[in-house]
Amino acid sequence: MFKITLKRIIGSGYQSFRRNGWLSTATIMVMVLVLFVLGNLIFLGAIAGTVLNALESKIDISMYFVTSAPEEGILGVKRELESLPDVKEVSYVSKEQALEIFRDKHRQNALIADALEEIGDNPLVASLNIKARDPSNYAVISEFLLEKNYPTVDKINYFENQIVIDRLANILSSIRGGGAILAVFLSLIAVLVAFNTVRLAIYTMREEIGIMRLVGATSWFIRGPFLINGVLYGGISALVITFLFFPLSWLAAPKLSFLIPNFNLFSYFISNFFEFFGIMIFAGIFLGVTSSFIAIRRYLQI
Amino acid sequence: MIFLDNVSKIYNHDSAALKNVTLRVEPKEFVTLVGGSGAGKTTLLKLLIREEDPTEGRIFLDGLEVTSLSRKELHHIRRRIGTVFQDYKLLPTKTAYENVAFAMEVAGRTDEEIGEDVPQALELVGLENKANNFPHQLSGGEKQRVAIARALVNRPDVILADEPTGNLDPINTWEIIRLLQKINELGTTVILASHDKEIINNIDKRVIVLDKGEIISDQERGKYLV
Repeated sequence: MFKITLKRIIGSGYQSFRRNGWLSTATIMVMVLVLFVLGNLIFLGAIAGTVLNALESKIDISMYFVTSAPEEGILGVKRELESLPDVKEVSYVSKEQALEIFRDKHRQNALIADALEEIGDNPLVASLNIKARDPSNYAVISEFLLEKNYPTVDKINYFENQIVIDRLANILSSIRGGGAILAVFLSLIAVLVAFNTVRLAIYTMREEIGIMRLVGATSWFIRGPFLINGVLYGGISALVITFLFFPLSWLAAPKLSFLIPNFNLFSYFISNFFEFFGIMIFAGIFLGVTSSFIAIRRYLQI
Repeated sequence: MIFLDNVSKIYNHDSAALKNVTLRVEPKEFVTLVGGSGAGKTTLLKLLIREEDPTEGRIFLDGLEVTSLSRKELHHIRRRIGTVFQDYKLLPTKTAYENVAFAMEVAGRTDEEIGEDVPQALELVGLENKANNFPHQLSGGEKQRVAIARALVNRPDVILADEPTGNLDPINTWEIIRLLQKINELGTTVILASHDKEIINNIDKRVIVLDKGEIISDQERGKYLV
């Protein structure tokens, strides 16, 4: 008997979804918008993550050695630094490499090329470039360097830029924190909109619910079809929005690449397609079903 | 089979819908409840299906105390009582067939039983050709007949009809009343609430007159004398 009832509930839910065409369409349209907001939050999260990481990776400590410093010594310092837990990597640029890079950078500039000819010797120095695992680690590393006070080190540029670097690190963590709060806030609004839309849909069916009770239906027999409606609203909205994100992300990608060079929105969407689709389906159905469940309680009280 | 034991329904100290009503209805009776607006007819019917609770008194259906059932058990009595209302109360997104079948689905009957009984019920009310029409495609009289088919498809013990002809023209009114009489002859108890003098005087069966919530007359072959 349970199987028959379940079959009837599912059939009834699907039937009422189809036959209340306008209502279903309107509800789905709102849910699509809701999922659009949520989908955008996911994208924004990805973009923000990429930007922030890119900015972070630009922070580093550069140590410039005196021209007479032997390479052995420099490499020794490199090994020592690499052994520090806070250090992610240390890269070595020799005097010769520095000259090449300089020449290449200014190859259009005849004046500088001439100047180099004049000097004859390589005026540039070797350097070590230190990247930390986390922006907050630079303080520790800089303290280490101060303590060590390597004799062959001529200049460490961190200390000169310290204020700027610290400020940047603070801004980055504020953005991360603020972004999270904004995301939660927007998600809350989206959820409330979805919930109220479903509640309105059920409100318009209140007379029918009353009739069903009068004829002797149990609460679950009445509630079931509405939950099925919720699944259909959520599922179909998720399909629609995922489908829409193809052209949307493809169109937005070039414009975003202009702002953020390393990030292609469309590629990100395609490569994370299944997770994205999964999140949309889950969010849509969850919203649809729980909204229906909560909204109908009012009409089943008596 | 239906017994109201000193039932009262009081909304506040100024308005009592029913006052100390004691009433017995035997199986296969055709009872008409009569009275003006506000006399208490609809309230009495509502109490029988427990759409409202009495302030005092108890109600019995075939020995089962209706008033002591929990909310979760209500659907049991509602399946044993068929109801017909002035505004038909049909599900607008279901066809006539589906509306009648719904009453059986709710009672957990099998698809085979539904396939047999629903066409029979529609035939009894003369709507076998309109089984696939939606309520908005039916006239008032036809809608009421669907409602009656739905009310009797589960072979209830009793049918309650609350002003079933209130929205109908005279010809349809008579058809509905004749239908109810036919159902009664087939063995179902019928309780009809009405304030239509013509109908009542013509039915020539038991008439209970209510006024301001009290029974002022209960006659076996009553007339409604205003």
